[in-house]
Amino acid sequence: MNAKKKRRLAFVAALLAAGAAVAGVIVYGLGQNTMYFRSPSDIAAKQVGEGVAFRLGGLVEMGSVKHGSGAEVHFRVTDGKSSVPANFNGVLPALFREGQGVVATGSMNGNGTFVAKEVLAKHDEKYMPPEVVDALKRSGRWQEGNP
Amino acid sequence: MIGELGQLALCFALALSLVMAVSGLMGARAPAAAARRTANSAALGFLVFVVLAFGVLTYAFVISDFSVALVANHSHTLKPLVYKISGVWGNHEGSMLLWILVLALYAGLVAVLQRGGERLTSAALGVQGLLAAAFILFILFTSNPFLRLDPAPFEGAGLMPLLQDPGLAMHPPMLYAGYVGLSAAFSYAAAAMMVGEEGWARAARPFMLIAWIALTCGIALGSWWAYYELGWGGFWGWDPVENASLMPWLIATALLHSALATEKSGAFRTWTLLLAIAGFSMSLIGTFLVRSGVITSVHAFASDPTRGFFMMILIALAIVGALGLFAWRAPTLQGGAAFSSVSRETTLLLNNVFLVAVCACVFVGTLYPLVLDAISGTKISVGPPYYALTFAPIFFVLLLLVPFGPQLGWKRGDLKAVWRTLYPALGLAAVAAITVLAIVSPRGLGATGAFAVAGWLIGASVIDIRKRKGARASAFAAALAHAGLAITLMGVAGATAWRSEALTVVAPGQKLTVGPYTLRFDGVTREKGPNYLADRAHIALMDGDKVRATLLPEHRFYPAEGQDMSDTAIHTTGLRDLYLALGDDRGGGRFALRVYVSPLAPLIWLGGLVMALGGMLSLWGRLRAREGAPQPAAPAMAQAAE
Repeated sequence: MNAKKKRRLAFVAALLAAGAAVAGVIVYGLGQNTMYFRSPSDIAAKQVGEGVAFRLGGLVEMGSVKHGSGAEVHFRVTDGKSSVPANFNGVLPALFREGQGVVATGSMNGNGTFVAKEVLAKHDEKYMPPEVVDALKRSGRWQEGNP
Repeated sequence: MIGELGQLALCFALALSLVMAVSGLMGARAPAAAARRTANSAALGFLVFVVLAFGVLTYAFVISDFSVALVANHSHTLKPLVYKISGVWGNHEGSMLLWILVLALYAGLVAVLQRGGERLTSAALGVQGLLAAAFILFILFTSNPFLRLDPAPFEGAGLMPLLQDPGLAMHPPMLYAGYVGLSAAFSYAAAAMMVGEEGWARAARPFMLIAWIALTCGIALGSWWAYYELGWGGFWGWDPVENASLMPWLIATALLHSALATEKSGAFRTWTLLLAIAGFSMSLIGTFLVRSGVITSVHAFASDPTRGFFMMILIALAIVGALGLFAWRAPTLQGGAAFSSVSRETTLLLNNVFLVAVCACVFVGTLYPLVLDAISGTKISVGPPYYALTFAPIFFVLLLLVPFGPQLGWKRGDLKAVWRTLYPALGLAAVAAITVLAIVSPRGLGATGAFAVAGWLIGASVIDIRKRKGARASAFAAALAHAGLAITLMGVAGATAWRSEALTVVAPGQKLTVGPYTLRFDGVTREKGPNYLADRAHIALMDGDKVRATLLPEHRFYPAEGQDMSDTAIHTTGLRDLYLALGDDRGGGRFALRVYVSPLAPLIWLGGLVMALGGMLSLWGRLRAREGAPQPAAPAMAQAAE
């Protein structure tokens, strides 16, 4: 084996090792940090562990929004079949409305209430988060062309 | 009439792009000088007709010609002129036309500059022609911007208020200039494989630089827009759309470094070709992710699945075609030149390995949820913690290595001499770390590390600039770009680690204190903008009993679009931002208010600007140096040229 070949072999080996290391980091990172999307029906069907972070999506139930002390807001998220009470301590996005689509990130507390860390509302009146559309379709409350 | 004119111009452009493709590729053969002349003329003609088509569409937007469906769906007579113009690319069809306009500009530039041999240029034009034809077909068949509406409506539907913003008016053209600029590097790489010419890296360098500068500015603009417009005080959310612009930037950065080695010392020949292909592939994938609607965001215009499908076919053809050419031709090309393990080439190699690694992290984090959803219907999201665990540490190590590159010679370097040069930078890093640790924030380990690295980078840049005193200005380009990176890093660290925030409900006359600021809420007034109504809060920034400044965050309602939006108010000292966003009305004159104090936040975008300036300096040096003129030879370079 000449020097050039040896060099090339060492080079390829080093690259493979680097690639394997990166792949390991990525897989580990994904294993630690993926968040599932759940609809209110999913939560009714299968209890979610306390403190496990996930994304909750559905419609903000009509008449459910109540302001607490300070910046605290209580509301319910529904997919037409089930609904989940939610708390959020913060300023809601400008497009947050009763009866409209919402996706929130957070986790369940001991009382079966969803504690939201972040609330995302849809961007305009025509747009609905696709996860919410899916959840509504699954609960049978989705009418095509009439969100 | 206007619409038909645009359509006609687009058809002529299609014909000319096909002429450019065929004659350009024919001109790759040595005797076909006539074909090469045809390709050059076709490229310029193509540019003229695309400019005409784009001009027609812009005119339709400016005069609010609602007989054009696109204008009716996305514009409004009351919209300010600048947003009528930016509305041209604030939608799927128009943005694809902008994409082609930028492609045409690059093709024209390739034809005019004639960098590299004439066969190489001709083949590059041929590849540009193929890309152009494919994208014009895409527009004409799936996304025609000139479709008519009969009868024409009296008023248009307006533009999404979030997009009515000066930063965002400039963001898409910038980003496209970067995305599509990588097409020139791609075309040159493909041409080099056809013609077998080695000098392509040098010929394509200005295009790589332009693309990289534009991407840098585009990403910075997008991040700045997200910061002041979205009202949550963040500058980067690892959103798939942001990632779609970051990935081409990472590969373009790797390409700039690798192509430098190829050009100066002949190393990494095949690898540089592969990176040029990968860079444009990332641009295409980014365009697809953002525009096809697979990701939901402000950017997702297309909801028509045929568009996504067509786009996917286009991307697959471009990538598979280029990789096929690579597999076929690369073995016949000359291999990379050898270099010692302590040399500038090694540092550039490490640069590339790390940049590709972080790009892989972003790529997987962005696409894994989409793939999982497509396969199993499981909906997951990958958030910032993933990137903190993968991207951040790898990028951190890369930053540690940055200062060595410019100090080491080509082929063979002297590590001891480099240490002797660089140790003052290490001192600066230590000072930065101790300052942060002792005075500012005893707990912030991440921030300490970041500032130490920033000190190390800036120190090394200063040393580099001093060492090159008397050299041409463009010799400072790398030092400037690396210093910009350090400035951005400090901004990110400061705004992340030392941010304070308050979320409260305020009543008129109420005072509140956030961080070093005392604020007084003076109530809300009703205002009327050109195309919106606003609740405007008057908030006084107090200095003792005196009012130092008044901030006016707004909550706006756009009747034409039927949308709400919050408009933030920012008071900046250049080193610290006070950031206010007005929330909902809680009755009795009380309003929810969000206050952020972000130390060093402005440095994030200042750093981006400095990086871009570094790129521009390098570009200026390149374009000034005449083709074939002797390079300014540092001793190491002269050695490399032997």
